[in-house]
Amino acid sequence: MALEFPPEALRELEQTRTRYPTARGAILPALWLAQKHFGYLSAEAMEYVATLLEVPAPQVYSAATFYTLYHKSPPAKCHIQLCTNVTCMVLGGYDLLHHAERRLGIRAGESTEDNGFRLEEVECLASCGTAPAMQVNDRYEECLTPAKIDAVLREFGLQIKAAEEGGEA
Amino acid sequence: MSAAQPGQLMRNAGVPGVHRLPVYRDQDGYTPLVNALKMTPADLIDLVDKAQVRGRGGAGFSMGRKWKFVPPRDKVDKPVYLAVNADEGEPGTFKDRWILENDPHSMLEGIAIAAWALQCHDAFIYIRGEFVKPIHIVQTAIQECYEAGIFGPRVMGKDFRLDVTVHVGAGAYICGEETGLLNSIEGKPGQPSLKPPFPAVEGLWGCPTIVQNVESLAVLPPLITLGVAEWLKLGDETHGGTKMYSISGHVKRAGVYDAPHDVSLRDLIYGEDYCQGIREGHTLKGVIPGGSSSPILTPDEIDVPMTFDALKGAGSMLGSAGTIVLDETTDMVAVATRVARFYAHESCGQCTPCREGSGWMHRILRNIQEGKGRASDLDLLLDIMGQIEGGRTICALADGTAWPLRAFVTKYREEFEAYIERGGPPPGATVSTS
Repeated sequence: MALEFPPEALRELEQTRTRYPTARGAILPALWLAQKHFGYLSAEAMEYVATLLEVPAPQVYSAATFYTLYHKSPPAKCHIQLCTNVTCMVLGGYDLLHHAERRLGIRAGESTEDNGFRLEEVECLASCGTAPAMQVNDRYEECLTPAKIDAVLREFGLQIKAAEEGGEA
Repeated sequence: MSAAQPGQLMRNAGVPGVHRLPVYRDQDGYTPLVNALKMTPADLIDLVDKAQVRGRGGAGFSMGRKWKFVPPRDKVDKPVYLAVNADEGEPGTFKDRWILENDPHSMLEGIAIAAWALQCHDAFIYIRGEFVKPIHIVQTAIQECYEAGIFGPRVMGKDFRLDVTVHVGAGAYICGEETGLLNSIEGKPGQPSLKPPFPAVEGLWGCPTIVQNVESLAVLPPLITLGVAEWLKLGDETHGGTKMYSISGHVKRAGVYDAPHDVSLRDLIYGEDYCQGIREGHTLKGVIPGGSSSPILTPDEIDVPMTFDALKGAGSMLGSAGTIVLDETTDMVAVATRVARFYAHESCGQCTPCREGSGWMHRILRNIQEGKGRASDLDLLLDIMGQIEGGRTICALADGTAWPLRAFVTKYREEFEAYIERGGPPPGATVSTS
């Protein structure tokens, strides 16, 4: 079945479109809308956006591929983006990253086989005053400890033996 | 957050619910806008110019002077745009986030005041995509402004339209660069454009566009309230008002602080009203004063006022005022390598010196970190820095990586030399997966 925005998304896009003097200007908002409704930006989703906005498809592709927050493949249920930039690093960010890696059995940059979890090392999230920090899907988790990471993993279904929780992975 | 008298930018700190319009209004919110609307746009621009408002995104450029670059309305009949830079991505910086989350109306009021001065009817607030919660807070506040007639076809009942649109970024530090930001609003990859032409003359869709940082705009309401003379008294003759500083790292009390412009770096680190010193049992090793693009200062360099001009004089920069304090446990080679990696990642790739140079420097530093460094590597690094900086690139990211790395390699050179001689990290150190 062809991808299509529900009516409320079409209305939202129409409203947004009026704020930009060119159709191209509405590409980023349209891609966010597509990611929200379709889960990720498949080639089909990008072509749909191009058709809707009446812009050449390569304009949509170049935007979608330049920006890192647009998913080009189905996102994990729990997408962890942990900061390892300066402040987070000197306050233990890498230790926490390794903890998460061991818990999940994957390296940073990888997803678990069932796509339940994806772990990424990212750049500054502007949480330096509450470092170390990570973004979990749409929310921030700050002042991180191994226990806090374990709590998030458990929230998304990872089994962690009670005796191990909060300790070294 | 500071327990001392909050400065002008954080004057609403601790007022519950001030991110909502009724409470903001209770704090005399939007009275400055009412007063600004009684002034002519020309007089308002003059006021901002006389108040020495320096841009707080990183460059510290005079706001009034920038506004005066917009071609006169009788000469150029194109719409004027205002683009608000809320793409806060400079490592160490989190002050704009404080404003977006806690006092969004101070920014929105600043937008309205600036729009009136510039005779601009369309403002875009570019917020980085990671800021999901701040985006919701700001959108709610914007909705409140429309409902209250502060935004819309008749601002405060005047025959003046103002529409404000949130444009959500999607993950790219380089979109914090003003032309990258504008290209992103236009729907393109956020790769910077050559200047001149400057955005004030030719920006969004070829039209005059003023780009201002969140905090810069949040200056406008208290400035109007206090007036120029009082505003200048809070700072000095080179910039008025108080200033927000984001301070993090190995301090007892990290956070956002609103202080007089000439507060010293020593005060910010050790002051009772500020960070209250290095964490227990540790000593200062170095401080990055203004975000990761700023050269690090050593412990004997911290008696410097935190102003744009003083820090420049000290061989560093205020930049985004994102201060990172590092104690003796810090491995400067690891920090330098991580900083290099950030810039290599975030280089948009357009310019050969930046694209190749940033990656090259990162690889050299990573080799040193992993024990594969050579004696000639440090001079090679310094040579590369000299080749990529100083106007050879479309934007200043190349300078943003050369300047801090040069400071690490020169001020902490023995550490790098020790890594090379030793063939790796000191015993017991863990190498980060850079």
